[in-house]
Amino acid sequence: MSGILAIVIAALVLSILGLLFGAGLGVADHFLKVPTNPKVAELREVLPGANCGACGYPGCDGYASAVGEGKAEIGLCAVGGPACAAKMAAIMGVESNGAGTKLVATVACQGYGEHCRPKSTYEGIQDCVAAALVNSGTKACQYACLGLGTCERACPFGAIKVDPVKKIAVVDQEKCQSCKKCVAACPQHVLSMQPIDRVVTVGCHNPEKGIALKENCDRACIGCSACEKACQFDAIQMVNNVPVIDYTKCVGCMACADACPTGAMQADFDSRLEAYINQELCVGCNICNKQCKFDAIEGGLKEKHRVLGACTGCGLCAQKCPRKCITMRERRAPRNKMDKAKPLATPAKPAPAKPAPQGEKA
Amino acid sequence: MNAVLTILIGSIFVNNFAMSRFYGICPFLGVSKKLETAFGMGMAVTFVMAIASLVAYLVNQYLLIAFNLEYLQVIAFILVIAVLVQIVEMIIRKISPGLYQALGVYLPLITTNCAVLGVAQLNVTEGYNLVLSVLNGVASALGYTLAICLFAGIRERLSLGNLPKWMEGFPGAMIAAGLMAVAFNGFSGLI
Repeated sequence: MSGILAIVIAALVLSILGLLFGAGLGVADHFLKVPTNPKVAELREVLPGANCGACGYPGCDGYASAVGEGKAEIGLCAVGGPACAAKMAAIMGVESNGAGTKLVATVACQGYGEHCRPKSTYEGIQDCVAAALVNSGTKACQYACLGLGTCERACPFGAIKVDPVKKIAVVDQEKCQSCKKCVAACPQHVLSMQPIDRVVTVGCHNPEKGIALKENCDRACIGCSACEKACQFDAIQMVNNVPVIDYTKCVGCMACADACPTGAMQADFDSRLEAYINQELCVGCNICNKQCKFDAIEGGLKEKHRVLGACTGCGLCAQKCPRKCITMRERRAPRNKMDKAKPLATPAKPAPAKPAPQGEKA
Repeated sequence: MNAVLTILIGSIFVNNFAMSRFYGICPFLGVSKKLETAFGMGMAVTFVMAIASLVAYLVNQYLLIAFNLEYLQVIAFILVIAVLVQIVEMIIRKISPGLYQALGVYLPLITTNCAVLGVAQLNVTEGYNLVLSVLNGVASALGYTLAICLFAGIRERLSLGNLPKWMEGFPGAMIAAGLMAVAFNGFSGLI
């Protein structure tokens, strides 16, 4: 009997002790409560948890609390991308601010192979940081991608590789998670973050100017500003003798790449479109003609209009056509800058010759 | 006075919790990467140990011994420590969110930290009275703080040093901890 009593007493004593402590904790919780924002926890759930720091905050927790307190904007998460931004916007009850275009690492150097030869044989530590310290890099151009794979080793996603043949960094845009680790690692500052949906890419970043640069690399940007002048959309500005493209203004007409004398401005001309005017629907309102910044539409008021070879495929006319008779289609022939509508005063020498093939297309 | 000095010297140096008794090794290795967090951890342990010594003494003296339940010491002490750690966690979270972040999982781990339970048990087996119990708790915790701060300093230096790849991180830290324990061994025989 006494044994059972001892057990009961023991249990009672411990239970009472536990109850007392529990009550104490409850009281302490009441006084020491830290008000937490429930939105922060929700935001944290939405974030990918990579803790990469690309948003500029210490990890996903830091970013979530910064957004929750209204100190940070949504959509800074590079890894989560637009989907994550949309979810965060839903939690915070705001519109996604369109900062959703995924940025990917971009290599601003095309100096491989014969374009930019090594100026000496480098046999030191096989790392760009080490190589960059010796004699301003191993290549003829001191700003060139050295191709020793520092970015490749910095990338946690396997998205950037040094091309085995070209010996230059190549980014797998699908794998890139925009963490900017390669950008920070590159001693040559060749890498930068650019929108994944861009059409033209500045393929050089040397800040010097002059045709003499072509001796070092025939794809160098010589700072001639031809692209800036060619751009009809005010999207290019020369900064430190290198074009900087405002991709919010760029329509992807590739006129800058057409104008570039060295090929430093990269564009995939195979994917270029051209406008096509449906002759049956065209009423000759001349709106497209007025819109065209490249004089690539022929035909006066009340005439059927035709697109000439100078069309860059910017798509402006297709947007503006009130009859919706202009469509963008794959190019039948590469752009011919000279094949453009002439002012009426001059004898239209190429004009009679050109309409024939255009007519066939129609 | 003599007893006080013996406890102080004995708990801080000779029978140092981390380096001689090998209590509380988990946070000792886990939170010693940076001096700042190591000191924060040391202070948290000091707070918990001091209060735990006090409350454990009271619980032991006026509850367990009164009801002849000395065999429940361990479970009762764990209860005391768990509650104290919870309160410390709340306080730190309130006062210093940065430290709360830095200590991370190691803060609740003080609950199961054998150092805290060890000091409560030692107080009982050594037969200290209330004042000496609290003193022993504080002294032991200060010894622990001393060890973890010294160790954090060493690790900060080690992380900058040119260690071979296989020695980076925990292997180097383990060896450093072992050498530190050897050094602390030099205090033995002092009392």
